[in-house]
Amino acid sequence: MTALLVAFLVSTIAAATPLLLAATGELVVEKVGVLNLGVEGMMLAGAIAAFATANETGVTSLGVVAALVAGIALALLFAVVSLTLQANQTATGLALTIFGRGFSALVGAGYVGIPAPTLPKIHIPLLSDIPVLGPVVFGHDILVYLSLAILAVVAWCIRSTHLGLILRAVGDSHDAAHALGYPVVPIRYAAVAFGGALAGLAGAYMSLAYTPLWAQDMTAGRGWVAVALVTFSAWRPFWLLIGAWFFGALMYLSLYVQALGVAVPSALLSALPYIGTVIVLVLISRDARRIRLHRPAMLGRPFQSRA
Amino acid sequence: MLKIEPRGYESKFWRYASPVLALLLTGATSGLIFAAMGRPPGLTVYTFLIAPLLQQDGFEALVVKAAPLIMMGVGLSLAYRANVWNIGTDGQFTLGAICGGGMALAFPDAPAWAIFPAMIVAGAIGGMLNGGLVAWLRIRFNANEILTSLMFAYITQYLLVYLVTGPWRDPQGFGFPQTALFSDDALAPKLIEDTNVHIGVVLAPLIAIALWFMLEKTLLGYQFRVLGQATRAARFAGFSENRLVWIAMLISGGLAGLAGMLEATGTLGQLTTTLSPGYGFTAIIVAFLGRLNPLGVIPAGLLLALTYLGGDAAQINLGLPNAVTGIFQGILLFYLLGCDILLLNRFRWASTQAPTRAKAAQ
Repeated sequence: MTALLVAFLVSTIAAATPLLLAATGELVVEKVGVLNLGVEGMMLAGAIAAFATANETGVTSLGVVAALVAGIALALLFAVVSLTLQANQTATGLALTIFGRGFSALVGAGYVGIPAPTLPKIHIPLLSDIPVLGPVVFGHDILVYLSLAILAVVAWCIRSTHLGLILRAVGDSHDAAHALGYPVVPIRYAAVAFGGALAGLAGAYMSLAYTPLWAQDMTAGRGWVAVALVTFSAWRPFWLLIGAWFFGALMYLSLYVQALGVAVPSALLSALPYIGTVIVLVLISRDARRIRLHRPAMLGRPFQSRA
Repeated sequence: MLKIEPRGYESKFWRYASPVLALLLTGATSGLIFAAMGRPPGLTVYTFLIAPLLQQDGFEALVVKAAPLIMMGVGLSLAYRANVWNIGTDGQFTLGAICGGGMALAFPDAPAWAIFPAMIVAGAIGGMLNGGLVAWLRIRFNANEILTSLMFAYITQYLLVYLVTGPWRDPQGFGFPQTALFSDDALAPKLIEDTNVHIGVVLAPLIAIALWFMLEKTLLGYQFRVLGQATRAARFAGFSENRLVWIAMLISGGLAGLAGMLEATGTLGQLTTTLSPGYGFTAIIVAFLGRLNPLGVIPAGLLLALTYLGGDAAQINLGLPNAVTGIFQGILLFYLLGCDILLLNRFRWASTQAPTRAKAAQ
């Protein structure tokens, strides 16, 4: 029983990590009033960049760096089209997803079915050996801890710092922020790049730790689930963590029940996390007033300075 | 410094020139990418965009590939006009194929005059069910249709895998994940003997013309255009937004379902686990390339169909992965969206010094 519980908790945290990373990035992007629907594409680009680099060099940390670069590069592409050229953000985000899928499939064509070095799990003497608590809390790889640390920093930054105030001002009233002298478009560029970096990291986690290999479209909609999580959290970082763990548990359970050989067909179980996303979205969105209250008022609106 | 300056009016010239510019830029950029991959750019672009047409039956292959893209793109151009972001047409396509194909499998001995019309209805209803569910969730529960429609695309894909590997698997199929072949009477009627050119090839442009008429010449179409361009004005005018969301999702879903059913019966003749090679996302590009105008969608669908054939040709002749298609499509959509800034704005070399008097007066 204990072993089962440990496996459940460890796997849930692992499955939640890419969701948490990507969703934290998207949260910051949406906080400044930009809707980037290209998370899935940036994750895929990050995944293949990390995998290919780790595979060629044998160094996983270089893979992580490559994923960051790939994520930022794609995010900047989105920023140029949607922020500078002021194209519709929804459509531009879709373009980014389509491009990222194609790009990753093209680069990844030579990497299907080869193993790559895996991110090592951290082992802290004594601490990691505590029963239950050890593997659940102290037995993960570095990206798991990094994802939690980034979330904490982002939460603190948005809530209690001057920078957070500026970010929120840009997202809630870009005209007011502009009048106060804040460079709206450069701030949005920076936030979009940050979102891209975290989506890239999420991809790196997928291909270097979670399922250490490359397969076309390996993120399987996780980028979209991450976008849904931001709405679910009503743009509050703490709830992002709850949501990520919830979906992590759902993903683990759909795999675990399949392994048990229960009579439910595996294809239907695989659909469970997506059905769960729809149900959660419906439950959360039902209260339109609450969503309106928390949503950055300028979300998806282009800014054009009339200077 | 290069400055973006509002024109103050919409440029008629760039309305038609901007997609052409986007295409040229896409061609140039993909040439650069091919060069970076160590391929001769000219030959690769030629193989990708021109060679497929010169092949034997190239034109037939093109129109067959374009038919589902046009049907889906037309539906999307209507939905996007009204700011209804249906991006899960893959799911509606798949459910249409499941319903239409299911009909063929359930009644293998039905007479020809009955089965195919019944399958058309079933396919359209399958797509409308999926699309209608998305509309209902948005209207009743305020759930974002972008996310729900996409989630349904994953869910219906798993439903298809379940059916094709489970209850609907062909017992004589040597364990392959595919259903039995449909009866001859259940196949989409062919327009040209011994080719894949099926009835959908004429149906698609007819649907496009019908929807163009609806959008441009009827009150309902006017309501769609007003809702998309000026939501508040539409509300003041008393147009029911909910009604338009329903109509947009049912039409775009139904057309995708019809496309899926025709793909299953027109080109495959059975259901397999992979019905749509990413048509759902490609149809989005088709809609935008066609300027969200149903008539514009027809050439746009043909062009995007060409990118699929080109991907195959590049794979066979040059050994490139056919994922090249995806990159090309992504770049094209980026350029399409980006070039549209020229509609309402112009670029000007301006000094970073004090603004001119005319601008200061604004």
